[in-house]
Amino acid sequence: MTETQNLTLVQAVRDGLHTELREDDDVVVMGQDVGKNGGVFRATEGLFDEFGGDRVIDTPLAESGIVGTAVGMAAMGMRPVPEIQFSGFMYPGFDQIVSHMARFRTRSRGRFTLPMTLRAPYGGGIRAPEHHSESKEAFYAHEAGLKVVTPSTPREAKGLLAASIRDPDPVIFLEPKLIYRAFREEVPEEPYTVPIGEAATRREGDDVAVFTYGAMTRPTLEAAETLGEEGIECEVVDLRTVSPLDREAIVAAFEKTGRAVVVHEAPKTGGLAGEITAILQEEALLYQEAPIGRVTGFDVPYPLYALEDYYLPSAARIEEGILEAVEF
Amino acid sequence: MLAKILPNSSEFVQKCPILSQSDGRSLIAKPLFLSIINYLRKRYYPGGGRIGHAKVGSTVTVFDRAYDDTVRVLDEDGEVVGDLPDLDEGSLVEMYRHMRLARHFDGRAVSLQRQGRMGTYPPLSGQEGAQIGSAYALDADDWMVPSYREHGAALVHGLPLKQTLLYWMGHEDGNNAPPDVNVFPVAVPIASQVPHATGAAWASKLRGEDDAFICYFGDGATSEGDFHEGVNFAGVFDTPTVFFCNNNQWAISVPRERQTRSATLAQKAEAYGIDGVQVDGMDPLAVYSVTEAALEKARDPEADRPRPTLIEAVQYRFGAHTTADDPTVYREDDEVERWKDKDPIDRLEAYLRDEGILDDERVAEIESSIEAQVADAIDAAESMARPEPRELFEHAYAELPPELERQYEAFAALRDERGDAAFLEE
Repeated sequence: MTETQNLTLVQAVRDGLHTELREDDDVVVMGQDVGKNGGVFRATEGLFDEFGGDRVIDTPLAESGIVGTAVGMAAMGMRPVPEIQFSGFMYPGFDQIVSHMARFRTRSRGRFTLPMTLRAPYGGGIRAPEHHSESKEAFYAHEAGLKVVTPSTPREAKGLLAASIRDPDPVIFLEPKLIYRAFREEVPEEPYTVPIGEAATRREGDDVAVFTYGAMTRPTLEAAETLGEEGIECEVVDLRTVSPLDREAIVAAFEKTGRAVVVHEAPKTGGLAGEITAILQEEALLYQEAPIGRVTGFDVPYPLYALEDYYLPSAARIEEGILEAVEF
Repeated sequence: MLAKILPNSSEFVQKCPILSQSDGRSLIAKPLFLSIINYLRKRYYPGGGRIGHAKVGSTVTVFDRAYDDTVRVLDEDGEVVGDLPDLDEGSLVEMYRHMRLARHFDGRAVSLQRQGRMGTYPPLSGQEGAQIGSAYALDADDWMVPSYREHGAALVHGLPLKQTLLYWMGHEDGNNAPPDVNVFPVAVPIASQVPHATGAAWASKLRGEDDAFICYFGDGATSEGDFHEGVNFAGVFDTPTVFFCNNNQWAISVPRERQTRSATLAQKAEAYGIDGVQVDGMDPLAVYSVTEAALEKARDPEADRPRPTLIEAVQYRFGAHTTADDPTVYREDDEVERWKDKDPIDRLEAYLRDEGILDDERVAEIESSIEAQVADAIDAAESMARPEPRELFEHAYAELPPELERQYEAFAALRDERGDAAFLEE
């Protein structure tokens, strides 16, 4: 019988870091306020006391320095887990991410690999100041050489984080901070992994496939339940990894239903919904019975919080998008 | 006020009879006196750094001198003007040989580019003193984190010339060095390798190893944020990193003076709490001495000394930034000629001839051996077949994701059908 703890998503992230620090001496956690302070979201709480300042490292306030020194560590075979405090502050480190994290293996024909995991809380809905709410996963999904993971439940957050840290390739691990403390789940105490690159079906249904990930999984399921009461059965697929996408799962759900909606809080243009739509028309055009819907953030800069509830896809907008696909 | 009295520390030391004897050696009382002067100088003239002398290994070290007090061992004519490093004749000849080899390689590489046999290439001529002098100070276990112009330094540290040629001929394999060669891949974005060197050295320190790391970059790189962040981290975490700035006076067309108002680049170390020293980068023996002292300090730190060091090696790029650049547009021939009078190869050769270590016969032997070595490397690189398209995909991830497998298979099928000629531009 596996022992479990009842944890929130952020506690599960912390538990995952704790487990991997314990399992592998080459794992180090580094970033701003991750040490003594335990992280601004408490994602590293207690780790400094248990593992010391050489394993859980408070760094200077410098995103490029954090990513760039982690690249150097990883090139030497360590498994650094740098944290950027909010994904909206990753851009000073963007050059290091795209020019080096993503390219080191290719550049050296495999001589150097970067087993590093860059963690950052992402997404909106927490009434945060400017630059604290963006969803820029498409930037990183566009960059070959990176993997991009977006968990949506506590149990999977721990397992996906462990898989990311153990992965031989660099991973951008985007944590949906809106649901950091939204609910609890039984999380095994023992080490385990959830595979990168595999989607999960959250709800079975024959009428329409709805693809989503991260914090949007909850309002999408809420909309699906509401519509279920009206006799419209949604198949809800949580992508969990946005790069590489689980094309098989995406195509299978579409072939089952012939209709699809993609939900994400990132802006519409250039977002993952466009990519998923393209996959479906490439692979399953003849199954298609309706235009593929996109329920996304608007193509505007992320607003301050007085307007963010209008910006974010709500259950109402998601329901409407699904109805359009179903009623076409 | 004191700044007016002490505008230039080396001049002051030379002119002050208490500090300097006629043969240039310091008196015993100098360290104490200097500490007082340094205190006063820092108090009243904080930008000017410290005064010291270059006696490596004494309590007052090469790192205690003023930032503008350039370390020199050989003057432009190869005359000894400083403390000679502890190098035997064989090492000195090898150093000379490597400098000649780097110069000859450089000429051949530019020529290959002109003939369409190689892509854009960044020449290093003029910078052999800094590259070979510094790389000679590395232990085999030490690591080199280069930018894109350090072919000479990488060669000394074991990277075969063929690798460098392959990289500039468009093969990533050029960066796939033999496993025992501790050289990082080429880093093209300016200064972006500086944090890597800090992080790699930090990993070594965290693992309790005692390797040192040298990171190369240019004068332009010191204006970049990554220079600041990388060196700052090194200071904070006291990593075993030597930051070696090849100040070759020009960042493509922008002169050194446009990069910073700082009088020296070495003094930037002050802001990070690490040691900074300026060395004559056209003087391979001075470069060797300074780098050796910095690496030793990185490996085996002294109690009250920071492990990292910023070395500014003052030098000149004789040629273009790359083969795509025309330096006559932005700099005068007179300036180039003035710097060519300081040629690091001529300087070392003059010294070695004066010492009776080199003669015409030996130089001729070296010339023919390096010509053969470079020719062999070019033959080897040019005989490398174009990689198969599979190579495009193979190294993006440890394991090929299914979608990449599909993209490859679709392309491979089309290639089978249409033949290579449909894709390749000749």
